[in-house]
Amino acid sequence: MTELSGLFFYLVSVLIAGGIYALLCLALNIQWGMGGLFNAGIVGFFAIGAYTSAILTTPETAKHLGGFELPIFAGLIGAAIIAGVTGWAVARICVRLKSDYLAMASIGIAEILRLVIVNESWLTNGSLGISGIPRPFGEYTAGRPADLVFLAYVWLIVLIVYLVATRLYNSPWGRSLRAIRDNEASAAAAGKNVERFRTQTFVIGCAFMGVAGALSAHYFRFLSPSATDPLLVTFLVWVMLMAGGSGNNRGAIVGALGIWALWSVTEIFTNRLPPEWATRSSFIRMLLVGLLLQYVLQKFRAGILPEKSPPLHFEDEAERPAPEK
Amino acid sequence: MIDFINFYLFPALAIGSVYALGAVGISMIFGILRFAHFAHGDLMTLGAYGVLAAAAVLPFNSVLLLPFGIVLAIVAALLVDKIFYQPLRQLPTIYTVISSFGVALIFRSLVQLVWGSQNQVYGSGGVRPPLIFFDAIRVSALHVQAIVATAVIALCLHFFLSRTKTGRSMRAVSDDPELAQVAGLDTEKVVRWTWIIGAALAAVAGLFAGMDTSAHPNLGWNLLLPMFAAAILGGIGKPMGAMAGGFIIGLAEELSSYPWIGDQALISPSYKTAVAFVIMIVLLIVRPQGLFKGRLL
Repeated sequence: MTELSGLFFYLVSVLIAGGIYALLCLALNIQWGMGGLFNAGIVGFFAIGAYTSAILTTPETAKHLGGFELPIFAGLIGAAIIAGVTGWAVARICVRLKSDYLAMASIGIAEILRLVIVNESWLTNGSLGISGIPRPFGEYTAGRPADLVFLAYVWLIVLIVYLVATRLYNSPWGRSLRAIRDNEASAAAAGKNVERFRTQTFVIGCAFMGVAGALSAHYFRFLSPSATDPLLVTFLVWVMLMAGGSGNNRGAIVGALGIWALWSVTEIFTNRLPPEWATRSSFIRMLLVGLLLQYVLQKFRAGILPEKSPPLHFEDEAERPAPEK
Repeated sequence: MIDFINFYLFPALAIGSVYALGAVGISMIFGILRFAHFAHGDLMTLGAYGVLAAAAVLPFNSVLLLPFGIVLAIVAALLVDKIFYQPLRQLPTIYTVISSFGVALIFRSLVQLVWGSQNQVYGSGGVRPPLIFFDAIRVSALHVQAIVATAVIALCLHFFLSRTKTGRSMRAVSDDPELAQVAGLDTEKVVRWTWIIGAALAAVAGLFAGMDTSAHPNLGWNLLLPMFAAAILGGIGKPMGAMAGGFIIGLAEELSSYPWIGDQALISPSYKTAVAFVIMIVLLIVRPQGLFKGRLL
């Protein structure tokens, strides 16, 4: 019985982290899948969100800036705003250039943020990290049931973001965005302001990444610079979106859950290996993820759920005779 | 003044030569293959570890074992180009950027798998006495080696690009790939030489960077940002510009922590990387084609 419930709560923890990755993936899908923008600094925006929400919601302490004790939802909104503003600054500079420059700048911003987090201890308590970050409804629940509550909370937000992303995708705004992605020159010729659309896309994506970061801070209740491991998060999210299907919101969620499940399951096996092999095997897993990305890029670009553009509806469709086959 | 030269100027030139050698490859790959090569830093790491592996077997000075690192980096670069980048060449180049991002991870996990993730030092690891000039100027021998090697390489590269047929075709492809192909230049050969030169210089840079501190799996990745900044500063597709850019970035990073005003470092040394980033951002706003009129892709 205890074994079974242990398994159940293991599954819960996988699903919580999977939900946070699903959010990141949906956010990246807005930037890359719809807008064709390469963000190599996902972890930077994730970290901004995590630290913003942590600072806004923790009780007062002498160790770092804080003491606002705002409700968690306010923390999430704050995280979205700060991450979005940072994304706006990066996008403003880079969207008019080839996408490679945006990639360089986004990786730079992630690096700078890491430096700020480690060095500015008045703000973030440096490498000691921020502790005592509250969980949503933390005062009513404790222990394992609290994980269930948090699971519901995370997936509720995933659902909201999914609905927003789908709405964006189907809207005229999303259609213009895809037009820009697929043929920038003709979209510009049709009068679309390419830079403005791209900036908006990048900001929306970054804001959602900030929310994902905030959720992870509230989940672990502790935040340190090591949580912003520069490559792993960014990289996994890219593999998830590519495998799931860039341009397809459902594909983003499927990819996030699938790759995260693979990553977690292989961890169970490798943890049973003798210690000198256990450390090595984590590198083998990284290597395999790297190879998986190459495979997906070459042979499986459309992903598990490929992009499907919504059908066009014309206003005068009812009056028009059905096209003959 | 002497302190300034000993503790700031020479280290700045040494780290500048590392950036310069790395940035040449990035600039050439960006100019000829049209994508930002995110695995370039990890190619440097691979070169550094290649020398380390040779040093474990052969009892020579690490600098003499450089060919092993160079060969390893060249083989790795050519293989990766053939297996991973070439199939994506018909697609928009952003796919190759994503692929190179993945290759960076592949290189790094290979290094960690084979050599472990701890710091490793070259040779005995002891502190060697610095070279002394005019009784006052003290420079570490390694820094002198790095600066001299970079100067020699810059000279050779200049002659290669301006005097040999292959070098000229490389510049032609960088200027206008379609025209070069129509004119009958062997594009694949140019691509091959781009990787060979880029990887060889990356290995040299990686070795000097590793010998200056120690070899560790994140060695090259941590240098990637200043190298991108140097490549943009020098102008994409301008190898000599990238060299100059590397030295400028190195000087800017090191000299920013000199106590210009009062006794305090102007900018805390822990924010050195930020200096390169700020330069890159300012360039992207004001002059994205770089100082030496590079391409704006």
